Amino acid sequence: MVPEPFEVLSRRQDTGDTWTLELRRPSGDPLAFAPGQFTMLSAAGAGEVPISISGDPDRPDRLAHTVRAVGLATEAICASEPGRLLGARGPFGAPWPVEEVEGGDVVIAAGGIGLAPLRPAILWLLARRERYGRLVLLYGGRAPDQLLYTDELDTWAEQGMEVLVTVDSAGPEWLGRVGVVTRLVSRARVAGGDTFAMACGPEVMMRFTAAALRDAGVDADRMFVSMERNMQCGIGHCGHCQLGPTLVCRDGPVYRWSDLEQWLAIREL
Amino acid sequence: MQTIEDLIAQAPVFGGLEPGQLKLIAGCGRNEHVAGGSFLFREGEPASRFFLIRRGSVAIEVQAPGRGALTIETLHAGDTAGISWLFEPYRWQLDARALEPSELIGFDAVCLRGKVEADHELGYELMRRFTANLADRLQATRFQLLDVYGHAPASA
Repeated sequence: MVPEPFEVLSRRQDTGDTWTLELRRPSGDPLAFAPGQFTMLSAAGAGEVPISISGDPDRPDRLAHTVRAVGLATEAICASEPGRLLGARGPFGAPWPVEEVEGGDVVIAAGGIGLAPLRPAILWLLARRERYGRLVLLYGGRAPDQLLYTDELDTWAEQGMEVLVTVDSAGPEWLGRVGVVTRLVSRARVAGGDTFAMACGPEVMMRFTAAALRDAGVDADRMFVSMERNMQCGIGHCGHCQLGPTLVCRDGPVYRWSDLEQWLAIREL
Repeated sequence: MQTIEDLIAQAPVFGGLEPGQLKLIAGCGRNEHVAGGSFLFREGEPASRFFLIRRGSVAIEVQAPGRGALTIETLHAGDTAGISWLFEPYRWQLDARALEPSELIGFDAVCLRGKVEADHELGYELMRRFTANLADRLQATRFQLLDVYGHAPASA
């Protein structure tokens, strides 16, 4: 429960309000994590927040987080210059099933900052490209200047991933796709069979995406989503992140869609 | 060499039509190449044509005073560009601009409207397909209006 000090190694601005920070233990010891896990990240005097790890799981010596500055704690974290110490607890939570999906096609659907928790899974899959069939990334954002990791998208495509990007609105200078991310499902000609899907983004986006994937023939047992709830302790004690009979910090944040769907249908949850 | 009939048979919107119906539709179409940046149609003009995109991409835009052209959606290979040709008063409500050199099949809407008036079976099949397309776009537009990324948390 006690945060461990981590030193800020680097800080990069991704969009107007979103930053990626790389951290390391002052001792240099690695912090192993699985794609999809999160830490409870804190800035002294500002508070603690759950933040998904966005770094490379094959580089546990560098702990990366992509954070949107939307409140006191996240603003303090995003403002942390290299050399400053932040606190971290974890890693916590159920990861993306990167081994279960071996042998199949994998569709990754990301909305907005939802690409951050999926980035470790993408890096994992691409580092082991031969173990998977078709790899497809469907990425939707609000506007061109709010897309994450734009310098990496081409690299991922070169490494064997089909990358389709769309934004909800754009001016005439944008020559890419405009439209909602769910429409990319049919454009990518996603089909059922051996296809798995991993989705992360706003809850509405994930619901609509799951529906589009199901219409395309992807089985609900083969779809996985990462949920966002009010996580506070990170270890299943406080109960703030309860979702149906589960606790998101302990049983999630990654859930199998067929296990989760019934709970999302209850409006009070 | 593929005929217009062969080409339109591959498009989702015309999928499953009878050969005779495809022939009737193809009779109103012709191959076209457009340069990037050129307009397929503009707001307010008579909607006397519509397009099936074979290659390339097309932006559906609206001109907003002080903000320039705003792209509502982009269309790509296999999509049709143009809905207003189906409904009176047959005037375009938005602009359509090619984003890159594009290959299209352009249809003479007056020709096709005449054929569906004479062949209600064909008219029903076309309306069924274009209505499904409209419903799909309406759903996407509703999703767009939610602005889901504008209310995103600190980390997903």
